Amino acid sequence: MRIVVAVKYVPDIHADRRFDAGRVVRSSEEGTLNELDENAIEAALRIVESLPEAEQETSEVVVLTMAGPEADTAIRKAYQMGVGRGVRVSDEALAGSDYFGTVATLAAAIRKIEEEGPVDLVLTGMAALDGLGSVVPVLLAAELDLPQLTLAGKLEVDVQARTAQVTRELDDALEVLTAPLPAVVSVTDHANWPRFPNFKLIMAARTQPIEVWDLAALGLDPATVGDAGARTRVLAATPRPPRPEVEVVVDKGEGGRALAEFLIRNDLV
Amino acid sequence: MTTNVLVLLDSPETQLRSAALELLTIARSLGRPKAVTLGSPSVTTLAQLGAYGVDTVLQAELPTSVSTDAAHLTAVVSVTLETAVRRANADIVLLSATFPNKEAAARLAYALGAGLVIDAAAVRAEDGKAVGYKRVFAGSWDTSCEVVTEQAVFTVRANSVVPEPAESSVQTEVIGFPVEVPASATTVTVVSREEKPVVEGGRPALAEAATVVAGGRGTDGDFGPIEELADVLGAAVGATRDAVYEGWFDTFIGQTGVTIAPRLYIGAGISGAPHHRGGMQASQVIVAVNNDSDSPLFEIADFAVVGDLAEVLPQAAQVLREHKG
Repeated sequence: MRIVVAVKYVPDIHADRRFDAGRVVRSSEEGTLNELDENAIEAALRIVESLPEAEQETSEVVVLTMAGPEADTAIRKAYQMGVGRGVRVSDEALAGSDYFGTVATLAAAIRKIEEEGPVDLVLTGMAALDGLGSVVPVLLAAELDLPQLTLAGKLEVDVQARTAQVTRELDDALEVLTAPLPAVVSVTDHANWPRFPNFKLIMAARTQPIEVWDLAALGLDPATVGDAGARTRVLAATPRPPRPEVEVVVDKGEGGRALAEFLIRNDLV
Repeated sequence: MTTNVLVLLDSPETQLRSAALELLTIARSLGRPKAVTLGSPSVTTLAQLGAYGVDTVLQAELPTSVSTDAAHLTAVVSVTLETAVRRANADIVLLSATFPNKEAAARLAYALGAGLVIDAAAVRAEDGKAVGYKRVFAGSWDTSCEVVTEQAVFTVRANSVVPEPAESSVQTEVIGFPVEVPASATTVTVVSREEKPVVEGGRPALAEAATVVAGGRGTDGDFGPIEELADVLGAAVGATRDAVYEGWFDTFIGQTGVTIAPRLYIGAGISGAPHHRGGMQASQVIVAVNNDSDSPLFEIADFAVVGDLAEVLPQAAQVLREHKG
Protein backbone atom coordinates (compact mmCIF):
# COMPACT_ATOMS: atom_id res chain seq x y z
CA MET A 1 0.00 0.00 0.00
CA ARG A 2 1.49 3.32 -1.06
CA ILE A 3 -0.26 6.48 0.01
CA VAL A 4 0.64 10.05 -0.91
CA VAL A 5 -0.70 12.71 1.45
CA ALA A 6 -0.70 16.19 -0.06
CA VAL A 7 -0.26 18.80 2.68
CA LYS A 8 0.03 22.56 2.97
CA TYR A 9 2.10 24.87 5.08
CA VAL A 10 -0.15 27.71 6.23
CA PRO A 11 0.00 30.74 8.53
CA ASP A 12 -1.10 29.78 12.04
CA ILE A 13 -4.75 30.82 12.48
CA HIS A 14 -3.85 32.10 15.96
CA ALA A 15 -1.17 34.42 14.52
CA ASP A 16 -1.58 37.73 12.74
CA ARG A 17 -2.17 36.56 9.17
CA ARG A 18 -1.38 38.95 6.36
CA PHE A 19 -0.59 39.57 2.70
CA ASP A 20 2.44 41.19 1.13
CA ALA A 21 2.44 42.22 -2.53
CA GLY A 22 -0.72 40.19 -3.12
CA ARG A 23 0.67 36.98 -1.64
CA VAL A 24 0.06 35.29 1.68
CA VAL A 25 3.00 35.80 4.03
CA ARG A 26 4.34 32.40 4.99
CA SER A 27 7.15 32.98 7.43
CA SER A 28 8.78 30.08 9.24
CA GLU A 29 8.06 31.61 12.66
CA GLU A 30 4.31 31.78 12.33
CA GLY A 31 3.59 28.92 9.96
CA THR A 32 2.41 25.44 10.65
CA LEU A 33 1.14 22.25 9.05
CA ASN A 34 -2.47 22.94 8.02
CA GLU A 35 -4.39 21.50 10.95
CA LEU A 36 -6.90 19.70 8.71
CA ASP A 37 -4.05 17.86 6.97
CA GLU A 38 -3.32 16.07 10.25
CA ASN A 39 -6.58 14.16 9.72
CA ALA A 40 -5.36 13.04 6.28
CA ILE A 41 -2.01 11.91 7.73
CA GLU A 42 -3.80 10.09 10.54
CA ALA A 43 -6.07 8.34 8.03
CA ALA A 44 -3.06 7.24 5.94
CA LEU A 45 -1.17 5.91 8.97
CA ARG A 46 -4.21 3.99 10.21
CA ILE A 47 -4.73 2.30 6.84
CA VAL A 48 -1.11 1.08 6.84
CA GLU A 49 -1.27 0.04 10.51
CA SER A 50 -4.34 -2.09 9.78
CA LEU A 51 -2.35 -4.24 7.33
CA PRO A 52 -0.61 -7.54 8.17
CA GLU A 53 2.97 -6.93 9.28
CA ALA A 54 4.58 -8.17 6.07
CA GLU A 55 2.48 -5.73 4.06
CA GLN A 56 3.22 -2.89 6.46
CA GLU A 57 6.91 -3.30 5.68
CA THR A 58 6.38 -2.85 1.97
CA SER A 59 3.95 0.04 2.52
CA GLU A 60 4.86 3.67 2.34
CA VAL A 61 3.24 6.95 3.35
CA VAL A 62 4.71 9.97 1.57
CA VAL A 63 3.82 13.55 2.48
CA LEU A 64 4.03 15.94 -0.41
CA THR A 65 3.98 19.70 -0.34
CA MET A 66 4.64 22.57 -2.71
CA ALA A 67 6.38 25.45 -0.94
CA GLY A 68 9.66 27.05 0.03
CA PRO A 69 12.05 25.72 2.69
CA GLU A 70 9.94 27.23 5.49
CA ALA A 71 7.46 24.42 4.85
CA ASP A 72 9.90 21.85 6.20
CA THR A 73 8.20 22.57 9.55
CA ALA A 74 5.05 21.02 8.13
CA ILE A 75 6.86 17.95 6.80
CA ARG A 76 8.64 17.47 10.12
CA LYS A 77 5.28 17.61 11.89
CA ALA A 78 4.18 14.73 9.62
CA TYR A 79 7.39 12.86 10.50
CA GLN A 80 6.59 13.34 14.18
CA MET A 81 3.27 11.61 13.60
CA GLY A 82 5.06 8.67 12.01
CA VAL A 83 5.22 9.39 8.28
CA GLY A 84 8.29 7.82 6.67
CA ARG A 85 9.02 10.09 3.75
CA GLY A 86 8.57 13.72 2.79
CA VAL A 87 8.88 15.48 -0.55
CA ARG A 88 8.86 19.24 -1.02
CA VAL A 89 8.49 20.69 -4.50
CA SER A 90 10.23 24.05 -4.60
CA ASP A 91 10.96 26.31 -7.50
CA GLU A 92 11.02 30.07 -7.84
CA ALA A 93 8.78 29.76 -10.89
CA LEU A 94 6.00 28.35 -8.67
CA ALA A 95 5.39 31.65 -6.86
CA GLY A 96 1.93 33.03 -7.62
CA SER A 97 0.46 29.67 -8.64
CA ASP A 98 -3.34 29.48 -8.71
CA TYR A 99 -5.33 26.31 -8.00
CA PHE A 100 -4.46 24.88 -11.40
CA GLY A 101 -0.71 25.54 -11.21
CA THR A 102 -0.66 24.02 -7.73
CA VAL A 103 -2.53 20.95 -8.87
CA ALA A 104 -0.40 20.48 -12.02
CA THR A 105 2.69 20.53 -9.81
CA LEU A 106 1.35 18.18 -7.13
CA ALA A 107 0.07 15.79 -9.83
CA ALA A 108 3.45 15.78 -11.58
CA ALA A 109 5.14 14.93 -8.28
CA ILE A 110 2.63 12.13 -7.64
CA ARG A 111 3.36 10.73 -11.13
CA LYS A 112 7.07 10.83 -10.32
CA ILE A 113 6.43 8.94 -7.06
CA GLU A 114 4.43 6.50 -9.15
CA GLU A 115 7.45 5.79 -11.35
CA GLU A 116 8.98 3.99 -8.36
CA GLY A 117 5.87 1.87 -7.87
CA PRO A 118 2.09 2.21 -7.99
CA VAL A 119 0.35 4.74 -5.72
CA ASP A 120 -2.89 3.30 -4.27
CA LEU A 121 -4.33 6.36 -2.62
CA VAL A 122 -3.92 10.13 -2.66
CA LEU A 123 -5.17 11.66 0.60
CA THR A 124 -5.73 15.31 1.54
CA GLY A 125 -7.42 17.34 4.25
CA MET A 126 -10.82 18.88 3.46
CA ALA A 127 -9.46 22.42 3.12
CA ALA A 128 -6.46 24.56 3.85
CA LEU A 129 -7.20 26.97 6.67
CA ASP A 130 -5.68 29.92 4.80
CA GLY A 131 -7.51 29.82 1.47
CA LEU A 132 -10.45 27.56 2.44
CA GLY A 133 -11.10 26.75 -1.21
CA SER A 134 -11.52 22.98 -0.75
CA VAL A 135 -10.96 22.41 -4.46
CA VAL A 136 -7.43 20.98 -4.67
CA PRO A 137 -8.53 17.37 -3.98
CA VAL A 138 -11.18 17.57 -6.70
CA LEU A 139 -8.74 19.08 -9.18
CA LEU A 140 -6.12 16.44 -8.34
CA ALA A 141 -8.68 13.76 -9.17
CA ALA A 142 -9.43 15.48 -12.48
CA GLU A 143 -5.75 15.96 -13.35
CA LEU A 144 -4.77 12.39 -12.40
CA ASP A 145 -7.99 11.01 -13.94
CA LEU A 146 -8.83 9.16 -10.72
CA PRO A 147 -12.14 8.75 -8.89
CA GLN A 148 -12.79 11.46 -6.28
CA LEU A 149 -14.16 10.70 -2.82
CA THR A 150 -14.14 14.02 -1.01
CA LEU A 151 -15.18 15.42 2.37
CA ALA A 152 -15.16 12.00 3.99
CA GLY A 153 -16.37 12.05 7.59
CA LYS A 154 -15.64 8.34 7.57
CA LEU A 155 -13.23 6.42 5.33
CA GLU A 156 -12.97 2.66 4.97
CA VAL A 157 -10.42 1.07 2.66
CA ASP A 158 -10.84 -2.58 1.67
CA VAL A 159 -7.31 -3.59 0.77
CA GLN A 160 -8.34 -7.01 -0.59
CA ALA A 161 -11.13 -5.70 -2.80
CA ARG A 162 -9.06 -2.59 -3.60
CA THR A 163 -11.91 -0.20 -2.93
CA ALA A 164 -12.47 2.84 -0.76
CA GLN A 165 -15.81 3.82 0.76
CA VAL A 166 -16.62 7.17 2.29
CA THR A 167 -19.53 8.65 4.19
CA ARG A 168 -20.00 12.34 3.68
CA GLU A 169 -22.43 14.74 5.24
CA LEU A 170 -23.36 17.65 3.02
CA ASP A 171 -25.66 20.57 3.84
CA ASP A 172 -28.58 18.91 2.11
CA ALA A 173 -27.75 15.20 2.00
CA LEU A 174 -25.90 12.28 3.54
CA GLU A 175 -24.00 10.21 0.99
CA VAL A 176 -22.12 6.93 0.98
CA LEU A 177 -19.82 6.65 -2.02
CA THR A 178 -17.45 3.95 -3.13
CA ALA A 179 -14.76 3.72 -5.81
CA PRO A 180 -11.97 1.42 -6.92
CA LEU A 181 -8.38 2.24 -5.94
CA PRO A 182 -6.38 4.20 -6.83
CA ALA A 183 -8.52 7.16 -5.82
CA VAL A 184 -8.24 10.67 -4.41
CA VAL A 185 -9.82 11.03 -0.97
CA SER A 186 -10.21 14.10 1.22
CA VAL A 187 -11.15 13.67 4.88
CA THR A 188 -12.84 16.11 7.27
CA ASP A 189 -11.90 16.77 10.88
CA HIS A 190 -14.66 14.31 11.85
CA ALA A 191 -12.82 11.40 10.23
CA ASN A 192 -10.46 10.71 13.14
CA TRP A 193 -8.53 12.21 16.03
CA PRO A 194 -4.95 12.87 14.90
CA ARG A 195 -2.38 11.27 17.22
CA PHE A 196 0.03 13.22 19.37
CA PRO A 197 3.67 12.75 18.42
CA ASN A 198 5.70 10.58 20.79
CA PHE A 199 9.11 11.59 22.09
CA LYS A 200 11.04 9.05 20.03
CA LEU A 201 9.48 10.25 16.78
CA ILE A 202 9.94 13.90 17.72
CA MET A 203 13.67 13.28 18.16
CA ALA A 204 13.95 11.23 14.96
CA ALA A 205 12.01 13.82 12.93
CA ARG A 206 14.68 16.45 13.52
CA THR A 207 17.23 14.70 11.36
CA GLN A 208 14.98 12.76 8.99
CA PRO A 209 15.86 13.88 5.45
CA ILE A 210 13.43 15.78 3.20
CA GLU A 211 13.58 15.30 -0.57
CA VAL A 212 13.46 18.52 -2.55
CA TRP A 213 12.39 18.46 -6.20
CA ASP A 214 12.31 21.35 -8.66
CA LEU A 215 10.26 21.80 -11.82
CA ALA A 216 13.01 20.31 -13.99
CA ALA A 217 12.90 17.13 -11.90
CA LEU A 218 9.17 16.94 -12.58
CA GLY A 219 9.51 17.77 -16.27
CA LEU A 220 7.12 20.72 -15.90
CA ASP A 221 7.28 23.81 -18.10
CA PRO A 222 7.68 26.89 -15.84
CA ALA A 223 5.33 28.81 -18.19
CA THR A 224 2.41 26.59 -17.14
CA VAL A 225 2.69 27.27 -13.39
CA GLY A 226 3.26 30.19 -11.03
CA ASP A 227 2.37 33.73 -12.07
CA ALA A 228 3.06 32.86 -15.71
CA GLY A 229 0.40 30.16 -15.90
CA ALA A 230 -2.15 31.56 -13.45
CA ARG A 231 -5.69 32.11 -14.68
CA THR A 232 -6.37 34.61 -11.91
CA ARG A 233 -4.31 37.53 -10.68
CA VAL A 234 -4.54 39.24 -7.30
CA LEU A 235 -5.26 42.94 -7.85
CA ALA A 236 -5.28 44.10 -4.25
CA ALA A 237 -5.12 42.81 -0.70
CA THR A 238 -5.89 45.23 2.09
CA PRO A 239 -6.44 44.79 5.82
CA ARG A 240 -9.93 45.76 6.93
CA PRO A 241 -10.26 48.60 9.37
CA PRO A 242 -10.63 47.45 12.97
CA ARG A 243 -14.20 47.26 14.22
CA PRO A 244 -15.39 50.21 16.27
CA GLU A 245 -15.13 49.84 20.03
CA VAL A 246 -17.58 47.27 21.35
CA GLU A 247 -20.52 48.58 23.37
CA VAL A 248 -20.73 46.42 26.51
CA VAL A 249 -23.77 46.24 28.76
CA VAL A 250 -23.58 44.34 32.04
CA ASP A 251 -26.94 42.69 32.70
CA LYS A 252 -28.53 43.88 35.92
CA GLY A 253 -32.00 42.83 34.88
CA GLU A 254 -32.29 44.97 31.73
CA GLY A 255 -29.61 43.36 29.51
CA GLY A 256 -32.14 41.74 27.19
CA ARG A 257 -33.98 45.02 26.78
CA ALA A 258 -30.70 46.77 25.95
CA LEU A 259 -29.95 44.11 23.32
CA ALA A 260 -33.40 44.50 21.75
CA GLU A 261 -33.04 48.28 21.73
CA PHE A 262 -29.63 48.03 20.05
CA LEU A 263 -31.19 45.93 17.28
CA ILE A 264 -34.15 48.29 16.88
CA ARG A 265 -31.90 51.39 16.91
CA ASN A 266 -29.70 49.91 14.18
CA ASP A 267 -32.61 48.78 12.04
CA LEU A 268 -31.68 45.11 12.40
CA VAL A 269 -35.12 43.79 13.26
CA MET B 1 -20.37 42.21 -27.27
CA THR B 2 -22.80 40.88 -24.68
CA THR B 3 -21.43 38.93 -21.78
CA ASN B 4 -23.45 35.77 -21.19
CA VAL B 5 -23.71 34.82 -17.54
CA LEU B 6 -24.93 31.36 -16.60
CA VAL B 7 -26.33 30.73 -13.12
CA LEU B 8 -26.74 27.25 -11.62
CA LEU B 9 -30.08 27.08 -9.76
CA ASP B 10 -29.94 25.16 -6.48
CA SER B 11 -33.56 24.30 -5.72
CA PRO B 12 -35.52 24.70 -8.96
CA GLU B 13 -38.08 21.98 -8.10
CA THR B 14 -39.60 24.06 -5.30
CA GLN B 15 -38.66 27.73 -5.47
CA LEU B 16 -35.49 29.77 -5.69
CA ARG B 17 -34.10 30.81 -2.33
CA SER B 18 -32.30 34.06 -1.66
CA ALA B 19 -28.85 32.72 -2.61
CA ALA B 20 -30.05 31.95 -6.17
CA LEU B 21 -31.87 35.28 -6.43
CA GLU B 22 -28.65 37.04 -5.39
CA LEU B 23 -26.77 35.19 -8.15
CA LEU B 24 -29.38 36.27 -10.72
CA THR B 25 -29.06 39.87 -9.51
CA ILE B 26 -25.26 39.72 -9.91
CA ALA B 27 -25.61 38.01 -13.30
CA ARG B 28 -27.81 40.86 -14.56
CA SER B 29 -25.22 43.41 -13.43
CA LEU B 30 -22.55 41.59 -15.46
CA GLY B 31 -24.43 40.89 -18.67
CA ARG B 32 -27.24 38.74 -19.98
CA PRO B 33 -28.42 36.26 -17.34
CA LYS B 34 -29.24 32.67 -18.23
CA ALA B 35 -29.97 29.78 -15.91
CA VAL B 36 -29.20 26.08 -15.87
CA THR B 37 -30.97 23.44 -13.81
CA LEU B 38 -30.41 19.77 -13.15
CA GLY B 39 -34.03 19.32 -12.09
CA SER B 40 -37.35 20.44 -13.48
CA PRO B 41 -38.16 24.07 -12.60
CA SER B 42 -41.48 24.60 -10.79
CA VAL B 43 -44.06 27.19 -11.85
CA THR B 44 -42.91 29.36 -8.94
CA THR B 45 -39.29 29.11 -10.06
CA LEU B 46 -40.22 30.07 -13.63
CA ALA B 47 -42.12 33.11 -12.34
CA GLN B 48 -39.08 34.11 -10.25
CA LEU B 49 -36.78 33.70 -13.25
CA GLY B 50 -39.06 35.87 -15.36
CA ALA B 51 -39.13 38.57 -12.70
CA TYR B 52 -35.34 38.53 -12.54
CA GLY B 53 -35.01 38.97 -16.31
CA VAL B 54 -33.96 35.44 -17.27
CA ASP B 55 -35.41 34.52 -20.66
CA THR B 56 -33.77 31.11 -20.98
CA VAL B 57 -33.39 28.27 -18.53
CA LEU B 58 -31.49 25.23 -19.72
CA GLN B 59 -32.71 21.97 -18.24
CA ALA B 60 -30.31 19.03 -18.29
CA GLU B 61 -31.46 15.75 -19.81
CA LEU B 62 -29.19 13.00 -18.53
CA PRO B 63 -29.00 9.53 -20.08
CA THR B 64 -31.25 6.99 -18.36
CA SER B 65 -28.11 5.01 -17.44
CA VAL B 66 -27.28 7.73 -14.90
CA SER B 67 -29.36 7.20 -11.74
CA THR B 68 -31.01 10.06 -9.86
CA ASP B 69 -28.38 9.66 -7.12
CA ALA B 70 -25.47 9.54 -9.57
CA ALA B 71 -26.69 12.78 -11.13
CA HIS B 72 -25.33 14.49 -8.00
CA LEU B 73 -21.77 13.17 -8.48
CA THR B 74 -19.37 16.06 -8.94
CA ALA B 75 -18.00 14.68 -12.19
CA VAL B 76 -21.53 14.34 -13.61
CA VAL B 77 -22.62 17.82 -12.49
CA SER B 78 -19.44 19.23 -13.97
CA VAL B 79 -19.93 17.63 -17.38
CA THR B 80 -23.56 18.81 -17.32
CA LEU B 81 -22.47 22.38 -16.63
CA GLU B 82 -19.77 22.16 -19.28
CA THR B 83 -22.38 21.16 -21.86
CA ALA B 84 -24.64 24.02 -20.74
CA VAL B 85 -21.80 26.54 -20.90
CA ARG B 86 -21.01 25.59 -24.50
CA ARG B 87 -24.68 25.67 -25.40
CA ALA B 88 -25.30 29.07 -23.77
CA ASN B 89 -22.01 30.45 -25.01
CA ALA B 90 -21.41 31.52 -21.43
CA ASP B 91 -18.51 33.76 -20.47
CA ILE B 92 -19.13 33.71 -16.74
CA VAL B 93 -20.64 30.96 -14.58
CA LEU B 94 -22.01 31.69 -11.10
CA LEU B 95 -22.77 29.09 -8.42
CA SER B 96 -23.73 29.42 -4.76
CA ALA B 97 -20.96 28.53 -2.32
CA THR B 98 -22.01 25.10 -1.05
CA PHE B 99 -19.33 22.39 -0.86
CA PRO B 100 -20.81 20.37 -3.76
CA ASN B 101 -21.01 23.54 -5.86
CA LYS B 102 -17.40 24.49 -5.11
CA GLU B 103 -16.34 21.05 -6.30
CA ALA B 104 -18.45 21.21 -9.45
CA ALA B 105 -17.16 24.73 -10.13
CA ALA B 106 -13.57 23.52 -9.85
CA ARG B 107 -14.02 20.62 -12.24
CA LEU B 108 -15.93 22.85 -14.63
CA ALA B 109 -13.14 25.44 -14.66
CA TYR B 110 -10.63 22.63 -15.13
CA ALA B 111 -12.54 21.32 -18.16
CA LEU B 112 -13.03 24.78 -19.68
CA GLY B 113 -9.55 26.10 -18.97
CA ALA B 114 -11.32 28.91 -17.13
CA GLY B 115 -10.18 30.95 -14.15
CA LEU B 116 -11.77 30.06 -10.82
CA VAL B 117 -12.63 32.20 -7.81
CA ILE B 118 -14.10 30.42 -4.80
CA ASP B 119 -16.39 32.16 -2.27
CA ALA B 120 -16.45 35.63 -3.77
CA ALA B 121 -18.33 38.24 -1.76
CA ALA B 122 -18.87 40.31 -4.91
CA VAL B 123 -18.29 39.91 -8.64
CA ARG B 124 -17.85 42.91 -10.91
CA ALA B 125 -16.85 43.56 -14.50
CA GLU B 126 -13.83 45.89 -14.66
CA ASP B 127 -11.98 46.79 -17.87
CA GLY B 128 -13.59 43.89 -19.65
CA LYS B 129 -12.44 41.41 -17.02
CA ALA B 130 -14.42 39.62 -14.34
CA VAL B 131 -13.14 40.53 -10.88
CA GLY B 132 -13.97 38.66 -7.69
CA TYR B 133 -13.85 40.29 -4.27
CA LYS B 134 -13.16 38.10 -1.28
CA ARG B 135 -13.02 38.55 2.45
CA VAL B 136 -10.34 36.27 3.86
CA PHE B 137 -8.46 35.36 7.05
CA ALA B 138 -11.63 35.24 9.11
CA GLY B 139 -12.86 38.52 7.66
CA SER B 140 -9.73 40.49 8.51
CA TRP B 141 -8.54 41.17 4.92
CA ASP B 142 -10.23 42.17 1.67
CA THR B 143 -8.78 40.87 -1.57
CA SER B 144 -9.67 41.28 -5.20
CA CYS B 145 -8.71 38.95 -7.95
CA GLU B 146 -9.16 39.30 -11.71
CA VAL B 147 -9.72 36.41 -14.05
CA VAL B 148 -7.33 36.64 -17.00
CA THR B 149 -8.81 33.80 -19.06
CA GLU B 150 -11.75 34.30 -21.43
CA GLN B 151 -14.12 32.31 -19.27
CA ALA B 152 -14.57 32.66 -15.52
CA VAL B 153 -16.23 30.50 -12.88
CA PHE B 154 -17.23 31.93 -9.50
CA THR B 155 -18.82 30.53 -6.38
CA VAL B 156 -20.47 33.40 -4.53
CA ARG B 157 -21.22 33.63 -0.83
CA ALA B 158 -24.74 34.32 0.34
CA ASN B 159 -25.62 37.84 1.53
CA SER B 160 -23.27 39.49 -0.95
CA VAL B 161 -26.02 41.58 -2.59
CA VAL B 162 -29.67 42.33 -1.91
CA PRO B 163 -31.76 40.35 -4.44
CA GLU B 164 -33.46 42.72 -6.83
CA PRO B 165 -35.90 41.82 -9.62
CA ALA B 166 -35.39 43.29 -13.10
CA GLU B 167 -37.10 46.54 -14.05
CA SER B 168 -39.41 44.63 -16.34
CA SER B 169 -40.08 40.92 -16.25
CA VAL B 170 -39.68 38.60 -19.24
CA GLN B 171 -41.12 35.32 -20.47
CA THR B 172 -38.88 32.42 -19.46
CA GLU B 173 -38.43 29.57 -21.89
CA VAL B 174 -37.30 26.13 -20.70
CA ILE B 175 -34.93 24.47 -23.16
CA GLY B 176 -33.92 20.89 -22.57
CA PHE B 177 -30.40 19.88 -23.52
CA PRO B 178 -29.00 16.37 -23.72
CA VAL B 179 -25.83 15.63 -21.73
CA GLU B 180 -23.38 12.96 -22.76
CA VAL B 181 -21.87 11.48 -19.63
CA PRO B 182 -18.57 9.68 -20.23
CA ALA B 183 -17.93 6.45 -18.32
CA SER B 184 -15.04 8.15 -16.51
CA ALA B 185 -17.56 10.45 -14.77
CA THR B 186 -19.23 7.53 -13.01
CA THR B 187 -16.24 5.58 -11.65
CA VAL B 188 -17.62 6.54 -8.24
CA THR B 189 -20.68 4.53 -7.17
CA VAL B 190 -23.37 6.05 -4.98
CA VAL B 191 -24.13 3.40 -2.35
CA SER B 192 -26.78 5.60 -0.76
CA ARG B 193 -27.94 9.19 -0.72
CA GLU B 194 -30.42 10.53 1.78
CA GLU B 195 -31.59 14.05 1.17
CA LYS B 196 -32.36 16.03 4.29
CA PRO B 197 -36.00 17.11 4.36
CA VAL B 198 -36.67 20.75 3.55
CA VAL B 199 -39.03 22.20 6.12
CA GLU B 200 -41.61 24.40 4.39
CA GLY B 201 -42.22 27.59 6.30
CA GLY B 202 -39.41 26.68 8.68
CA ARG B 203 -36.37 28.75 9.56
CA PRO B 204 -34.16 30.05 6.72
CA ALA B 205 -31.13 28.04 5.66
CA LEU B 206 -28.15 28.80 7.89
CA ALA B 207 -25.72 29.48 5.04
CA GLU B 208 -28.07 32.00 3.42
CA ALA B 209 -29.85 33.66 6.34
CA ALA B 210 -29.62 37.42 6.80
CA THR B 211 -29.82 36.96 10.57
CA VAL B 212 -28.29 34.11 12.57
CA VAL B 213 -28.60 33.32 16.28
CA ALA B 214 -26.01 30.81 17.48
CA GLY B 215 -25.43 28.95 20.72
CA GLY B 216 -22.37 27.36 22.27
CA ARG B 217 -21.21 25.62 25.40
CA GLY B 218 -22.79 28.33 27.57
CA THR B 219 -26.27 27.06 26.65
CA ASP B 220 -25.58 23.91 28.68
CA GLY B 221 -27.56 22.06 26.07
CA ASP B 222 -30.70 24.20 26.24
CA PHE B 223 -31.21 25.83 22.85
CA GLY B 224 -34.71 27.04 23.83
CA PRO B 225 -33.67 30.69 24.40
CA ILE B 226 -31.61 30.65 21.16
CA GLU B 227 -34.54 29.33 19.13
CA GLU B 228 -37.03 31.71 20.76
CA LEU B 229 -34.97 34.79 19.83
CA ALA B 230 -34.26 33.37 16.35
CA ASP B 231 -37.97 32.93 15.66
CA VAL B 232 -38.80 36.49 16.69
CA LEU B 233 -36.10 37.72 14.31
CA GLY B 234 -36.92 35.27 11.49
CA ALA B 235 -33.34 34.06 11.89
CA ALA B 236 -31.53 30.81 11.26
CA VAL B 237 -30.10 28.89 14.22
CA GLY B 238 -26.52 27.65 14.39
CA ALA B 239 -24.12 26.25 16.95
CA THR B 240 -20.45 25.88 17.73
CA ARG B 241 -18.58 22.69 16.91
CA ASP B 242 -18.43 21.83 20.63
CA ALA B 243 -22.19 22.13 20.96
CA VAL B 244 -22.66 19.82 17.99
CA TYR B 245 -20.18 17.31 19.41
CA GLU B 246 -22.21 17.38 22.62
CA GLY B 247 -25.26 16.47 20.55
CA TRP B 248 -27.14 19.67 21.42
CA PHE B 249 -27.66 20.81 17.85
CA ASP B 250 -27.00 19.47 14.36
CA THR B 251 -25.24 22.19 12.37
CA PHE B 252 -22.15 24.09 13.36
CA ILE B 253 -20.74 27.38 12.18
CA GLY B 254 -17.00 27.33 11.64
CA GLN B 255 -14.12 27.00 9.28
CA THR B 256 -14.95 23.38 8.52
CA GLY B 257 -18.69 23.71 8.99
CA VAL B 258 -21.04 26.29 7.58
CA THR B 259 -19.34 29.60 6.83
CA ILE B 260 -21.70 32.51 7.24
CA ALA B 261 -21.66 36.25 6.58
CA PRO B 262 -25.10 37.46 7.64
CA ARG B 263 -26.21 41.04 8.22
CA LEU B 264 -26.66 40.26 11.92
CA TYR B 265 -25.02 37.51 13.98
CA ILE B 266 -25.94 36.96 17.63
CA GLY B 267 -23.72 34.51 19.52
CA ALA B 268 -24.85 33.39 22.96
CA GLY B 269 -22.78 31.30 25.35
CA ILE B 270 -20.02 31.22 22.74
CA SER B 271 -16.46 31.97 23.80
CA GLY B 272 -15.28 32.58 20.22
CA ALA B 273 -12.59 30.00 19.49
CA PRO B 274 -10.61 30.60 16.24
CA HIS B 275 -12.47 27.77 14.52
CA HIS B 276 -15.84 29.43 15.15
CA ARG B 277 -14.64 32.98 14.46
CA GLY B 278 -13.26 31.85 11.11
CA GLY B 279 -16.77 30.82 10.13
CA MET B 280 -18.62 33.99 11.17
CA GLN B 281 -16.20 36.90 11.45
CA ALA B 282 -17.26 38.32 8.10
CA SER B 283 -20.73 39.04 9.57
CA GLN B 284 -21.74 42.68 9.28
CA VAL B 285 -22.97 43.25 12.84
CA ILE B 286 -21.85 40.96 15.66
CA VAL B 287 -23.64 40.72 18.99
CA ALA B 288 -22.30 38.60 21.86
CA VAL B 289 -24.05 37.43 25.02
CA ASN B 290 -21.90 35.68 27.60
CA ASN B 291 -21.46 35.64 31.35
CA ASP B 292 -17.69 35.83 30.83
CA SER B 293 -16.69 39.33 29.71
CA ASP B 294 -13.22 38.03 28.74
CA SER B 295 -14.52 35.79 25.96
CA PRO B 296 -12.72 36.43 22.64
CA LEU B 297 -16.05 36.89 20.85
CA PHE B 298 -16.42 40.20 22.74
CA GLU B 299 -13.26 41.47 21.02
CA ILE B 300 -14.89 41.33 17.60
CA ALA B 301 -18.43 42.24 18.71
CA ASP B 302 -20.22 45.50 18.01
CA PHE B 303 -22.53 45.04 20.98
CA ALA B 304 -22.15 42.71 23.94
CA VAL B 305 -24.13 41.80 27.02
CA VAL B 306 -22.40 40.32 30.04
CA GLY B 307 -25.05 38.13 31.57
CA ASP B 308 -26.89 34.84 31.66
CA LEU B 309 -28.20 34.03 28.21
CA ALA B 310 -31.20 32.22 29.72
CA GLU B 311 -32.28 35.58 31.18
CA VAL B 312 -31.07 37.98 28.49
CA LEU B 313 -32.36 36.27 25.34
CA PRO B 314 -35.98 35.70 26.48
CA GLN B 315 -36.18 39.31 27.66
CA ALA B 316 -34.83 40.55 24.31
CA ALA B 317 -37.33 38.32 22.50
CA GLN B 318 -40.19 39.71 24.61
CA VAL B 319 -39.20 43.34 23.93
CA LEU B 320 -38.89 42.61 20.20
CA ARG B 321 -42.31 40.93 20.14
CA GLU B 322 -43.83 44.02 21.79
CA HIS B 323 -41.98 46.25 19.33
CA LYS B 324 -43.40 44.33 16.42
CA GLY B 325 -46.82 44.52 18.02
